[in-house]
Amino acid sequence: MDHNDMKETNKIDQYRRKFLGGSAVAAAGLALAPGVFLHTVQAKPDDEAVSNKNRWGLLIDTTKCAEGCSDCVTACNNEHGLREIHGPATDSQWIRHVTLKNKQTGHQIDMPMMCQHCEKPPCVDVCPTGASFKRTDGIVLVDKHICIGCRYCMMACPYKARNLVHEVLTDQLPTAPRGKGTVESCTLCVHKVDRGDGTTACAEACTAGVILFGDLNDKNSEISQRLAKEGGQQLRAELGLNTGVRYQGL
Amino acid sequence: MKNLRYTSITGNSSKFLGLLAVYGVFLLLGFYAFVNMEHEGHWITGMNNQVVWGLPHVFAIFLIVAASGALNVASIASAFNKSFYKPLAKLSAVLAIALLAGGLIVLLLDLGRADRLIIAITHYNFKSIFAWNIILYTGFFAIVGVYLWTMLDWQVEKFKRIAGTVAFIWRLILTTGTGSIFGFLVARQGYDEAILAPMFVIMSFSYGMAIYILVLMATYKWTGRPLGNAVIKRLRDLLGVFVAATIYFAVVHHLTNLYITEHHGYEAYILRDGGLITNLFWIGQIVLGSLLPLALVYCPRPAKSRAMTALASILVIVGGFSALYVILIGGQSYPMTLVPGYEASSSFSDGVIASYNPSKWELMLGMGGVAVALLIVTFGLKIFRLVPESLADELTDPHKS
Repeated sequence: MDHNDMKETNKIDQYRRKFLGGSAVAAAGLALAPGVFLHTVQAKPDDEAVSNKNRWGLLIDTTKCAEGCSDCVTACNNEHGLREIHGPATDSQWIRHVTLKNKQTGHQIDMPMMCQHCEKPPCVDVCPTGASFKRTDGIVLVDKHICIGCRYCMMACPYKARNLVHEVLTDQLPTAPRGKGTVESCTLCVHKVDRGDGTTACAEACTAGVILFGDLNDKNSEISQRLAKEGGQQLRAELGLNTGVRYQGL
Repeated sequence: MKNLRYTSITGNSSKFLGLLAVYGVFLLLGFYAFVNMEHEGHWITGMNNQVVWGLPHVFAIFLIVAASGALNVASIASAFNKSFYKPLAKLSAVLAIALLAGGLIVLLLDLGRADRLIIAITHYNFKSIFAWNIILYTGFFAIVGVYLWTMLDWQVEKFKRIAGTVAFIWRLILTTGTGSIFGFLVARQGYDEAILAPMFVIMSFSYGMAIYILVLMATYKWTGRPLGNAVIKRLRDLLGVFVAATIYFAVVHHLTNLYITEHHGYEAYILRDGGLITNLFWIGQIVLGSLLPLALVYCPRPAKSRAMTALASILVIVGGFSALYVILIGGQSYPMTLVPGYEASSSFSDGVIASYNPSKWELMLGMGGVAVALLIVTFGLKIFRLVPESLADELTDPHKS
C-alpha cells in the first residue's frame, strides 16, 4: 500500500468514525427520549459477570402458533449453524415444533419446544463433571470443555431438550461452539443476550408473535407484565423445576 | 475343615493359550469398535438423541452389578464368618474386581469424549449420583484390593474380618448407587422409583453368584482339580434364593406401577405391546432367567446334575441381560408426557416409541468388556494362589470330615 492509498484509507476511517459516532448519538437520543423505547437491554461488557438481577426467559403464546410453521426452527438452525447430517434421529434439534392433540376432544395445540431453562435443572444436578451449569441469570448451558459425553443429562431432562453431537463437525460458528461427542441444547441465544440484542433468533423470526423474550425478574418488562396479567404455565410443572420458559393456551 | 493347599494354575497348556487367544480376539474387536466410534462419532451406533444409552450400557451395568454380587461368597466367609466359604473367598474378590473393571472400561470407552477421562476424575459435581458412583467404583477397587491382600498375606491376615466387612458394606452402597442412577431420574415414566436401588442390590446377588458358579466350575474342570458336590450344592441353593428374591422385586415393581394409573401406559408397553422389550421381559427375564433356573435348582432330579446347575447359572445371566435391556432401553424408548391428556407429535420422536437398533460396534465393545473381565480373572488365577488344589467333599463338607 503506497502513501496516497494510506491517506485515502485514513480518510475513509475518519468518515466511518464520524458516521458511527453520529449514529450512536442519534440512537442514544432516541433511546433517552421518553416513550420511544419502552425498554432497553444493554450490552454487557465482556469482563462483567452476569448477574442474578436478571432471569431471562420466554413466554410462548401457543394460540398464535401455526400448524406446519417452522420459522423459529429454521432461524435457530441458521443462528447456530445446525444442519441436517445423518437424519432426525441423531441431528441436533435445539428447538422443535410440537403438536399436541387432546385424546378425548381432538383439541390441537401447536408450540415450539426447547430447553426450558429451569431454575432447578435436573441436567445440572446429574452432570458428573459440572459441565452442565446454570448462569446466575438463569440461562442453562453446557461447558463444552469439560463435557465428557456421558449423556446422563439427556437421560435426566424432562423435556428431551438435549442433543449429543453424533459426528465430526467442521463448520461451527464462533458464536455457537460445538463439537463431536459433547452435549448441547438451546442456549437462549446467550451470545445475543450478552450482546444486548434483547431477543433470541426464534423470537425474532416468529412473525406471528408467538415467542416473547424478556427478563422475568424485571416487573416492568413486557414478559413479566403479560405473565402477571394473562398468566402462563410451565410444562411438567409438577416437577417443581420453575422453568424460565412459560406457555399460554395449554 | 481340613487344611487346604492353595496353588496358582499352571497356565502353560495349549488350551490355556487358546483361551487367551479367544480373549484376545474379543479384546481386539472391542478396541476396533471403540476406535471407530471415537473416530466417526456415535452416529455409527444404534444410539441416538432418544435412546442415549444403548447396548454398551446394558453390558457395562450388567458387569458392574454382577461385580458387586461376585463378592457374595467372600462376604459370607469374612463378614459373616462362615468357614465353609473361606476357601472360595479369594476367587470371589478377584472376580469382583475383574467384572467391575470390565464394566467400567465399556462405560468409559462409550463416552462421547473418552479422551477426557482425566476430567471425569478431576472435576466433581457432588450432587450428581454419577459422580458418587465414580467414587464408589474407585473405592471398590481399593477396598476389595486391600481385602484380597489380607487374604493372601498371612502377615496382615488379622485385618481380614474388618476388611471383608468394609467391602461388604461398600458393595451394598455401590449397587444402591448403580440402581439410583435410574432411581433418581424424575424425567421418565420407567424410572424415578426408590425400589430400583434395592432391586439392583438383589439383582447383583443373583447375577454375581451365577457368574461365580460358572467361573469356579470352569477353573476346576479345565485344570483337572476335584470339585465336590458340597460346594456346588451350597452355591446352587444360594443362587435359588437370590433368583427368587429378584422375582419378588420385579413383581412388586410392576404391581405398584399397575396400580398407579399414571404408569398404565408404560406398563402396557413393557408387559404387552413392546415387541422385543415385551419378549425380553416375559421370555428372557421371567421364563428363561427366573422360572427355569428356579426349576433347575429346586426340582430334585435336575438339582443333582452339575450340568443343570451350570445351565441354571447361564440362564440367570441371560435373564440379567434381558432385565437390564428392558430397564434401560424400555425406560428410554417410552415417550414422556409433556401435557397430560394430550398426545404429542414432532420431528423429535415426541409421543412415539423411540426406535433403537443396536449396532455391531456396540456389541463388539460390550463383548470386549466381558473379555477384559475374564482375562483379569484368568491372569489372577495364574499369578496368585487363589483356589485350593482340591475342593473335594471330604475336604470341605463338615459332615464328611
